[in-house]
Amino acid sequence: MATLILEDGSRYEGTLFGHKAPVTGEVVFTTGMTGYQETLTDPSYCGQIVCMTYPLIGNVGINDLDNESARVRMRGFIVSELCDVPSNWQTRKTLDQYLDEQGVTGLCGVDTRALTKHVRVFGTLRGRIVEGEPTPEDLALARRFEMHDQVKQCTCEAPYEVKGDGELTIAVMDFGLKQGILRSLNRRGCTLRVYPADTPAKAVLDGGCDGVMLTNGPGDPQDNPQAIAAIRELMDAKPVFGICLGHQLMALAMGGRTVKMKYGHHGANHPVKDLARGTCAVTPQNHNYMVDPEHLPAGAVVSHVNWNDQTVEGVRYTDRNAFSVQFHPEACGGPRETSYLFDDFLNMVRAAKQTGGERNA
Amino acid sequence: MPKKESIKKVLVIGSGPIVIGQAAEFDYAGTQACRVLKEEGVEVVLVNSNPATIMTDTDIADKVYLEPLTAASLEKVIARERPDSLLASLGGQTGLNLAMELDEKGILAKYGVELLGTKIDSIRRAEDREDFKNMMLSIGEPCIDSVIVHDVQSSVDFANQYGYPVIVRPAYTLGGTGGGIAENEKQLREICADGLRSSRVHENLIERSVAGWKEIEYEVIRDGAGNCITVCNMENFDPVGVHTGDSIVVAPSQTLRDPEHQMLRSASLNIISALGIEGGCNVQYALSPDSMQYYVIEVNPRVSRSSALASKATGYPIAKVTTRIALGYTLDEIINGVTGETYACAEPTLDYVVLKFPRWPFDKFVYADKHIGTKMKATGEIMSIGTNFESAMLKAVRSLEMGMDSLVVPSLEALDDAEIERRLHEINTERSFVVAEALRRGVSMEHIHDITKIDIWFLKKVQNIVRMEQAIRALSGREELTHDLLLAAKKMGMADKAIARFTGCAEEDIRALRKEMNVLPAFRMVDTCGGEFEAISPYFYSAYGVASEAKNSGRKTVVVLGSGPIRIGQGIEFDYCSVHCVWALKRAGFDTVIINNNPETVSTDFDTSDRLYFEPLTPEDVWNVLEIEQPVGVVCQFGGQTAIKLAKAVRQAGYSILGTDLYDIDAAEDRELFNELLTKLGIPQPKGTTVFTADEAAKAAAELGYPVLVRPSYVLGGQGMEIAYDEKHIREYMSIINMNVQEHPILVDKYLLGREIEVDAICDGQDVLIPGIMEHVERAGIHSGDSISVYPPQHLAPRIQRMVTDYTINIARSLHVHGLVNIQFIEYAGDLYIIEVNPRSSRTVPYISKVTGIPIVELGVRASLGEKVPAMGFGTGLYPPAPTVAVKMPVFSFEKLPEVEVSLGPEMKSTGEALGLGETAEEAYLKGFASTKMAIPHPEEGGVLFSIADHDKREALELAETFAALGFEIYATTGTAHMLNHNYVGAQSVPRPGEDTDALARLFDSGKIRLIITTPTHGRDPQRAGFRLRRMAVEYGIACITSIDTAKLLMKCVKLGKQEADVLPLGLHDLIL
Repeated sequence: MATLILEDGSRYEGTLFGHKAPVTGEVVFTTGMTGYQETLTDPSYCGQIVCMTYPLIGNVGINDLDNESARVRMRGFIVSELCDVPSNWQTRKTLDQYLDEQGVTGLCGVDTRALTKHVRVFGTLRGRIVEGEPTPEDLALARRFEMHDQVKQCTCEAPYEVKGDGELTIAVMDFGLKQGILRSLNRRGCTLRVYPADTPAKAVLDGGCDGVMLTNGPGDPQDNPQAIAAIRELMDAKPVFGICLGHQLMALAMGGRTVKMKYGHHGANHPVKDLARGTCAVTPQNHNYMVDPEHLPAGAVVSHVNWNDQTVEGVRYTDRNAFSVQFHPEACGGPRETSYLFDDFLNMVRAAKQTGGERNA
Repeated sequence: MPKKESIKKVLVIGSGPIVIGQAAEFDYAGTQACRVLKEEGVEVVLVNSNPATIMTDTDIADKVYLEPLTAASLEKVIARERPDSLLASLGGQTGLNLAMELDEKGILAKYGVELLGTKIDSIRRAEDREDFKNMMLSIGEPCIDSVIVHDVQSSVDFANQYGYPVIVRPAYTLGGTGGGIAENEKQLREICADGLRSSRVHENLIERSVAGWKEIEYEVIRDGAGNCITVCNMENFDPVGVHTGDSIVVAPSQTLRDPEHQMLRSASLNIISALGIEGGCNVQYALSPDSMQYYVIEVNPRVSRSSALASKATGYPIAKVTTRIALGYTLDEIINGVTGETYACAEPTLDYVVLKFPRWPFDKFVYADKHIGTKMKATGEIMSIGTNFESAMLKAVRSLEMGMDSLVVPSLEALDDAEIERRLHEINTERSFVVAEALRRGVSMEHIHDITKIDIWFLKKVQNIVRMEQAIRALSGREELTHDLLLAAKKMGMADKAIARFTGCAEEDIRALRKEMNVLPAFRMVDTCGGEFEAISPYFYSAYGVASEAKNSGRKTVVVLGSGPIRIGQGIEFDYCSVHCVWALKRAGFDTVIINNNPETVSTDFDTSDRLYFEPLTPEDVWNVLEIEQPVGVVCQFGGQTAIKLAKAVRQAGYSILGTDLYDIDAAEDRELFNELLTKLGIPQPKGTTVFTADEAAKAAAELGYPVLVRPSYVLGGQGMEIAYDEKHIREYMSIINMNVQEHPILVDKYLLGREIEVDAICDGQDVLIPGIMEHVERAGIHSGDSISVYPPQHLAPRIQRMVTDYTINIARSLHVHGLVNIQFIEYAGDLYIIEVNPRSSRTVPYISKVTGIPIVELGVRASLGEKVPAMGFGTGLYPPAPTVAVKMPVFSFEKLPEVEVSLGPEMKSTGEALGLGETAEEAYLKGFASTKMAIPHPEEGGVLFSIADHDKREALELAETFAALGFEIYATTGTAHMLNHNYVGAQSVPRPGEDTDALARLFDSGKIRLIITTPTHGRDPQRAGFRLRRMAVEYGIACITSIDTAKLLMKCVKLGKQEADVLPLGLHDLIL
């Protein structure tokens, strides 16, 4: 028997799997029914304990193709039923084996719906998974948990390049990127120069690029002042597209604000309305913070809205070549129908390149 | 986009009688559509010939026409009502085909009627195989190598080029009628010919077989602005090769990685966008189990059986949203009724597993071919919801009402290993249980997978169940059951009854043990969003080891037991009754709860009752709900035999049954008690007795004198009922009946060949209201559900009608009926005999309610709540008959069921019914025949073939004379021809099957035969000539009548010299003054 204890003292019982060590983190739930491997390897979950609302997890095991990064950054993984005999033509190992290798604590046999409803009602809570009964010290550890260096943990150590067969070069600021973003750009012919999160703008611009991609990443956007300063300069110089954390950092760079949400958006079924097109699309999402619509930067307009709760899902900067979205057009996992945004971005980059203007703003 | 203001009056086309492939799901969809239209202030004109449906109620649509679903009669309704729009995409394939026909014939243009939702061009592109394939090619979606053929030889050429096996799919049919997999040229020739005949456009698609691939379905919905989402995806337990209607299906998919799911999901959105569908749509794929290769198998550009399932599986109301889209709304304008705060443009997410299990009719058709393939055979289905696959599977097995509570089938347990191995190769209705039996014997999952191609994931789950079974069986007794093992078994959905059997104790012992150990069920909510948002849907399923979300409301609550899956003998009419019961209870101020497991129905719509429990209908599952709900009463009289059978368990648990008391239910169902009652009342009944063994039966029959009627007590639809003419027959039937252990005795009655009469009545314990007397066209011996039934009676002397009334009143009163009672009589040689009393609602209640205007179910509910019949406003005794004649016609699905005897008998065979309404009896018959697709024959269309049993020859002579006089060419099989010619009726002699089958086939192929009248000799041996002749008629699509009485009725209509379009359409509003 093992227990998840939340900072409010509530407990959820289960059985340990994977790496069977105690662990502390922020508990969130995600509603995606497929794509647990993509979820596990999404660096944006760094420091979190993730509860899957779909009850049967591990059905297709773990394969070599569906990783969004090389490592699992989340601290714990909570499921209702763990599948011990996976079945899929790509399966290489079981989920249990994989979490063990990755040093990630799994908790199965949990009433995940009850836990989900708890988080829905009380908001994201910190928690700790322990074997057996939790002690007062475990509760204290859960309450003390804080983390501010997630981006630092997830970003690449040194710049690297991914060759593309087209003429455009895109600088990618890696805040804990999902491979899907790189694939989406590279598939469209872009050569990618990927930089660590704390790279100064000058170094990026000196490296040469036609546009800048700001990736997803974990944690509170306000924990990244250096990156925010760099983005301010980059947005003045080049067309910029931000996704998820990148979207939030752009707003901060331009003088807007971000706020923490009650329990965030995590899943593959969120409807988002593109206000310019007037159409709705289903999007994958994974975030706990959002751009505050009450404090948008000057020159920024809301371009996309979450149709469930009317929160900001995208911003367009009318005074420069820059836009950003909170959701994940690169999918992986989740619906793919907003991938046109990469085309929109590259069209913007191409147009800017043709007019040859050095300054973006 | 807001609603289109031009839409003021909409014609809605229903799907007609229930047949295999088109069942109650379209009543659910159509009812939802009508309610949305009315909510939006649109006037609704509904045409549907099926009287057993909820949608054909005057409180669902403004104008209801129970008219034949033919273009000719629809034109009449359009001309009379002048609707501005037509909604056809919720009436199944029937609705879609009619919309296309109305368009092709220029009728829509002529009357200025706009087709709402998906446009005609889009429908045609999706339905026409070649257009569809070209469109798929143009958007890069792969279709299987295939060819369109209009003749058999082209199909053989294709197969020679691409290799066998190949699949034959006829165009424009429902439920894959006429299709099949051909392994060789001989099979291909047969299946292809069959398919061409059943296709509306004489067209087949022949394609390369991908049997064994994964079959995955997507339910997609798109609005007029181009927004689209997928509501649900589903994976078939049975790989490609088995019709999805005959497959075990799970939702969501279980063995797909996200890239595989997204690939197919994106393809679905591409397809629905390219086709320009506006509303719900179903896309089926074959996915390679070891690559990313896939093929689009089929697209249904309309609401379907799968969409009903997806709606119930997710809580997303596809039919409602489709209707709103048809009115012009977009997905982001339509509120999700489950959460009340999110919109229809969000995709549902599930936090449970849903399983659909087909319900096949082979408990009735014991000699029929139980193989399943591309042609659907199930009459209905059940759905179960669990926190894991195992519990969903075991709940499903219980919900089927096939006498099973686990995966153990005793007849399979008795087979040797070699036979089990052999049976793994057979794709039939038993396969999932054969798989379980093989796993039980230690056959490896890999080996089973190699044979069946069923995914290892599913096999592992079945193995988990089998292992749990074995772990419990290995205990020396109940005492060894630990808390953990018991909880684990219950989490897997194992029934107390099964655990009790495995440990050698009684069900009550396990229940008590569970309570002692605190292993109690919880009820979880279905909310479309995996718990992410607060939901207001009162829709629950049971699970163990989790927190419960259901609680009783604290208000006075009544629980209504539903009727489970649609099967022969217990159809949609009982859902009609259950739903009306709920409505009546709500009006009386009660909180209402429904327990049911049929995903196709209105009763399982979460906004029908105050709370819905999607559960099996067994004592244990019902008790669990009752313990939560603490109802003041439980209603058992509207859910057919399913609900009646639960009455005892409900009472045992200390809950009161609303209405007729359990003792009195028993008095009606228990032969001994019933005999005593009738003797006391001085009401005659055919002599009879009860037996258990074949010897007892033979002895009883000899004493009564043959023929005798043999049947089990406590059954519906005459299951296992037969007329035995000699000792050999009775012994044969007893051996079939006793294949399952009988808890109740078998009834053996003297068989009277008289006129059958039926009534439904409402009784408050004292006073009785009889809304109407129904007379059967066919003589006794044909099951009442298969007889043509006429209201008001056409041939009953006033004296007999008075006797019917008096007997009904006496019986209802003596049985202390509080609610409804259905009584069947036989008039024989001037005397009236009782043959059956059912203290519950019946199959005829919806139709009599509709034609008399008496809300029978509502009155029944009020009577069971204690209201007095005289105070209800309809008087007492026999209600004065309506001036209109209503004829209820049975509808059969023989073309879907090879090897089933077509001729009628005491065991029910029809899957549905249609109504004919007329100002005269003949007009009503005419419309009734038209509604059952039995268009009135005309001499120019072909001749009439007679093949008559000896005991019917005298009456057949008169028929043949009349048909000949009307100008029909007369054909007859050897013996019959001899008799006719001998009596100066010119008849061409034709060989019987077996004599020269090929010659007969050539004759049928030539189109010279328009109608076959053939009456059966006794027995049901499939090798007999009469049996073969009738099967050939079905396979060649030639109308076939197997009763002299039915034939006489048809003859009357022929003499009338009219078609259905020559008779004025009648709306229900025309009947009730």
